[in-house]
Amino acid sequence: MGETFVQKAFGNRIGKKLKVNEIVFLEPDYILTHDNTAAIIKKLDEVKSDIKVKYPDRLVIILDHVIPASSEKTALNHKEIREFVKKQGIKNFYDIGRGICHQVLPEEGFAKPAGIVVGSDSHTCTYGAFSCLGTGIDRTEAAGLWITGQTWFKVPESFKISLKGKFRKGVSAKDLILTIIGDLGADGANYVSVEFHGDSLQHLDIDSRMTIANMGVEMGAKFALFPPDDILKNHFKSRGWDFSIPVAWSDKDAEYSLIKEYELSEIVPCVSKPHAVDKYSSVKDLQGLFFEQYLIGTCTNGRISDIEVTSKILKGKKISANVRLLVLPASSEIYSEASRAGFLADLAEAGATILPPGCGPCLGAHQGVLAPGEKCLSTANRNFKGRMGCKDSEIYLASSETVAASALKGVLTDPREVL
Amino acid sequence: MAIFAYIQDDINTDLLYPGKYTYLGTKPSDIKEHLLEDLDPTFKDRVKNGDIIIAGKNFGCGSSREQPNVGLKYVGIQAIIAKSFSRIFFRSATNQGLLLIELPAVVDAYKEGDFIEIDSKKGVVLLNNTQFNFPALPTEMQNILKAGGLLEYIKENLK
Repeated sequence: MGETFVQKAFGNRIGKKLKVNEIVFLEPDYILTHDNTAAIIKKLDEVKSDIKVKYPDRLVIILDHVIPASSEKTALNHKEIREFVKKQGIKNFYDIGRGICHQVLPEEGFAKPAGIVVGSDSHTCTYGAFSCLGTGIDRTEAAGLWITGQTWFKVPESFKISLKGKFRKGVSAKDLILTIIGDLGADGANYVSVEFHGDSLQHLDIDSRMTIANMGVEMGAKFALFPPDDILKNHFKSRGWDFSIPVAWSDKDAEYSLIKEYELSEIVPCVSKPHAVDKYSSVKDLQGLFFEQYLIGTCTNGRISDIEVTSKILKGKKISANVRLLVLPASSEIYSEASRAGFLADLAEAGATILPPGCGPCLGAHQGVLAPGEKCLSTANRNFKGRMGCKDSEIYLASSETVAASALKGVLTDPREVL
Repeated sequence: MAIFAYIQDDINTDLLYPGKYTYLGTKPSDIKEHLLEDLDPTFKDRVKNGDIIIAGKNFGCGSSREQPNVGLKYVGIQAIIAKSFSRIFFRSATNQGLLLIELPAVVDAYKEGDFIEIDSKKGVVLLNNTQFNFPALPTEMQNILKAGGLLEYIKENLK
């Protein structure tokens, strides 16, 4: 019997073949934390005062969740983190303005094929786009990892999702992953390593893969993995990085607890309805629904391709009166690229509010909080009740194409009407 | 001992502890103030040491925020019995020394006013007069739970 990618990647580290459900102790390559680092520092002190981080070079700290600071309390958190970084000699620190952790960590080259990155953030599974085993842990476990450098992992079972064909115009990776989550359910892949296979991968660029992998956790997945193929190789080469694959992609005869196939040409623009990500509806079935606020950005859809398509839809036009559009490039790299290409100017002229590269309104802590009774159409990954700061508001999730087209018309609109 | 029954699926971390508070208070007493705020605003004032929560499947899905677990441990929740738990939540509960019991049969059979007793050592839940067994956790997780949480476990091993 062949092996899945996670069996190989874990097994390679301890030099033996691993069975599903076996528990192994491993040292992750990197431990990601963000604004929550302030709380984790306090946990270190609980264990022992003046304790040294075991492997300071394995820490990656990126300030993104509430940036710039929104209050004295969040400003103090940031200050404590900067002091800690200095004191512990942590070199992989990215202060406010650099961008969202799940965009910045791969841009800085920390997400590598068969690498292990744990993060005190559930969307750490985004790194599966780089064949990297990324998964979320809590703050306490991050503190433990800073001290000991290792933690336990259960070898998860795997799903194989085969993708065939090409998207039709106006349809993108977000529509695909919302469709998959709608089919499998919010716990459909709980504890599972989800692997993406099939001929379509040659048409799915890194941005698309990141959107899909990012939302793996919304169906419970531990990992959401793409193969280390030519697209990934070319991405690494284009950034001047070495591309090495410590273990090969999963074997053809590996064991999967579920095998599912999607024909991309059958995917249509869709939304996820409040208050659960697995509540699928096609855009067509809800066409004309009014939203006060539109959001393009976050670790799901704040990449250059998202800003580019938004600009393509809105250039030379104005968003509808009585609605507001927020756009957040996911990193400083994307911000500057979008700026140089003229996309941000196009969007500002169309009436969009451009926010700094960060998590912004997604988690309801600041920027773009909703009022009771309001609705937001967002490219984010979560539409839970209260997520954007108000429990009496509603969030619908969609692709950048759909959100841009809808902001233009002022109601939910199929992007194929305007593209 | 009271039982808080929230028999619904996919109770997520925003319902257990809204995201807008995640970078404010971090002390367990601060967390208690917003615990389960958007699920049951009366919970924080009614909960007492030794109480039990019962829920449907995929309890704790969503964010990796640990405030729900920290808060529930702090207010003295004896255990959460659910049809299933989300992965990160499950791990996090163990890290806080909070007992989670996956027993769909108990959740299905439970009716308001029922009596529940838990013997965690024997792996038994008694629902009125019916006994339900739950499987032991992997040794690695048991050791963390026994120590009272991950940091306590690490402290013991640093000595």
